[in-house]
Order: sequence, then C-alpha cells, then structure tokens
Amino acid sequence: MARTREEMAQAAARELQDGFIVNLGIGIPTLVANYVPEGMEILLHSENGLLGMGPYPLEGEEDAQIINAGKETVTIIPGGSVFDSAQSFAMIRGGHVDLAILGGMEVSATGDLANWMVPGARVNGMGGAMDLVSGAKRVVVLMQHTNKAGESKLLDKCVLPLTGQGCVNRVITDLATIDVTPDGFKLVECAAGVTREQVQAATGAPLL
Amino acid sequence: MKKVYENAEAALFDVKDGASLMSGGFGLCGNAENSIRELARKGVKDLTVVSNNCGNAGKGLAMLLKNRQVKTVIASFIGGNPDLQQQMLAGEVEVQLNPQGTLAERIRAGGAGIGGFFTPTGVGTVVAEGKEERVIDGKRYIFEKPLTADFAIIRARYGDAYGNLRFYRTARNFSPLMAMAARVTVAEVDELVPVGALDPDDIHLPGIFVQRIYRGTDYENPIENRTVRPRA
Repeated sequence: MARTREEMAQAAARELQDGFIVNLGIGIPTLVANYVPEGMEILLHSENGLLGMGPYPLEGEEDAQIINAGKETVTIIPGGSVFDSAQSFAMIRGGHVDLAILGGMEVSATGDLANWMVPGARVNGMGGAMDLVSGAKRVVVLMQHTNKAGESKLLDKCVLPLTGQGCVNRVITDLATIDVTPDGFKLVECAAGVTREQVQAATGAPLL
Repeated sequence: MKKVYENAEAALFDVKDGASLMSGGFGLCGNAENSIRELARKGVKDLTVVSNNCGNAGKGLAMLLKNRQVKTVIASFIGGNPDLQQQMLAGEVEVQLNPQGTLAERIRAGGAGIGGFFTPTGVGTVVAEGKEERVIDGKRYIFEKPLTADFAIIRARYGDAYGNLRFYRTARNFSPLMAMAARVTVAEVDELVPVGALDPDDIHLPGIFVQRIYRGTDYENPIENRTVRPRA
C-alpha cells in the first residue's frame, strides 16, 4: 500500500531532532508540523521573517500581519521572533537552518532538484526555494513517486529547469524513502506492503 | 528637517512616469496601502517595480498592473497574481525573477553601498546564466549586483517626525531594506508618535533611511489565505 499524504508527513517527521530549526515548504511538507514527536522541541522558520511559527490561530483571532510564507494566517509561539527578509535569508543561506522539507517535481540521482518551473506552463517564480536548497544543512524532498501521467519523478537527470544542483539528501515518497548517495539513489525503506521491485519499477534510475 | 507630510498625495508629489519604485510587503501583508492607492489615482506610467510579489489576487500593486502603469517588475514569486502572469505572457510587462534571498540581499547591498556579492543560491540553474561564477574555499558562488530605486513606499506600525520606524510582526519583511536602497523613502505609519516616544533600543529602522512620513488611514489589511483552528 502506498503511503497517504498523512503517512508521508509522518515519515518525514522522523527526520526531526530535538532542537532543530526547520523550514517546511507548502503542501504536504506543511503537514509535518502535525507530527512533531511528543516532548521534542523544534523551531519552525518561515522565510517571510518568522522564527518560532505556531499553529493556525483560533477562529476569530487571525491577524493579517502574522502570516507564513504560504500567506496563511499563523501564530507565533512564546520565544518566537520576527525579522526582515535579509536576516531571514542570512539564516537560510548561512547554514543556520538544520532541515528544509520541501516539495518536488523531479529529483535526479545526483541530488539535483526541479520544483519551480514548467516551461510553457504558468510561471510562478522560485520564491525562496533556491536559497533554501543551497543553504539548509539538510534537504529532504517530500513528493509523490510518480507524476499524474504515471511517470517517475526520480530520474537519472532532471528534465525541468533546476532549483538547485546536487542539493537533495533524501527523498520521501508515497512508495519509499530513498537517499541520494555519491553512487546514486539508495533505497532506505519501502512503504508498508510495497516491495523493492515495485519501487524500482517506479523509479527512473537504478536503486542501490 | 521637515519629514512629516499630510497624506500620500503630498508625500508622493514628485513621482513621475518612468520612476523606479520599491514596495514593501510579502504578498498583501505589510503593503503601503495608502501610497499604492495614491499611485493608482495619480496614474503615473512606465514604472519599474521592485516587490517580492507585485500584488496578489487583484489587490495591492495589482491595482497598478490593472491600470497598465507598470513596465518592469523585479520579484521572486508571482503565483497567485493573475494580473501579472497574464501581462507577462502577453509581453506587456517584463518580469525579472530573482530568488527571494538574492532579491533581499541585492536590495540590502544597494542600500549599504556594496557593489554586489557572491551567493551560492542559483548555482547551476538558469539564474546563473550570464553571471560570473567563482569558487571560494572550494564552494561555487555566482555574482549578484545591488539594486536601488528612485522611491520606496513602505508601511510601519509606529513612526516619528525623525522618520524612526517600528514595524509589526511579519509585516516588516522587505521594508527596512527597501528604505535603505531608495533615494526617497516614503513611509506610512499606523501611528505617528512624538519624537522620543520610541525607545532608541526599540527602533527597527533609524530615521536616516526615511525621507518622508505620514499617517496612513483606511487600512484594509487583506488576508490571502485565512487558516484557522476551530474553537472547541
């Protein structure tokens, strides 16, 4: 059985360590915040200028001027801080963020990531993704293993324009957890009920 | 030192066609709403706008796009801004996309008198095309140039007659950087307080970077994505 979105987020939550500063991307990565292990303290960083992001506000308490990078209303935990965009990206680029978990369109066996642009389609821009993948100490991509056409999103080489080169440490998908190593993709774990053969069949590059 | 102006119309009296303009805000959060409305009313054209998103969902700077007042946009993320996406595809507006941290640092460099910087962001991507690449202590970097502008329009929570500003929560974002990088920075504040009311330690942006200040009114404070927890 392939992992559900929630199960993917749970698998990614196992990347968290006590005291980590973590930046979560939009989409499934956002759900990881729901699975922080009991008793573990982490600080969520949001690149628009917030360290110590809390849960969504209670209904009626939302503040238009307290938002995350997805422009969602959020809260600030006690001990949280706010700052300008240059300082926020100094945290990212300067290697002060321990872990970035973000979505992906393609990941290559050498750790290249494409997640910001599809030529010929609507252009959204890269936002903070290029800075995050070049600066975070560890980059984990959380995405479906295949695209809507059933084609693998894990490839020998990315076809889409890159977000970063050789930047991905681990890929967590609905089918498996896979590390990027100097020798290529290494299968770390299959989702419950999924075989190595099924993962290999869905992967566009050899698995170690 | 007369920095206090009556309103947006008075403070933006000399913005002309073809001006370059930095506008603070992240999406619609922390926008200089009064100054944007005044520029829309004034109808100045062929503007170059530096902004993280250049408006969203038809609001904020998207008003200037709807009015066809914008020629060039320098931004990092334009998803959720259909006005800009359509005008870009139609070739009516030139859009230069920068990684968000590179955009922030280019503005900071512009205001700090730095002639550019080497960053690892964008190495090996289309962002690096045409830029100098250098290996420093074994790591690859690309060269990015500073950004400056004729005007910056920003919003802060508190300000005084010296132009000292204190921002509120995540409405700060690019605003203090843009204030440093513009020849004329026009700040609108929710509250104009007496000089001395802000403790020196609590001033986020010293007034040296602010040339004009006025009290803003009628804030809409739009929320793009209202996300809440239900009450038990």
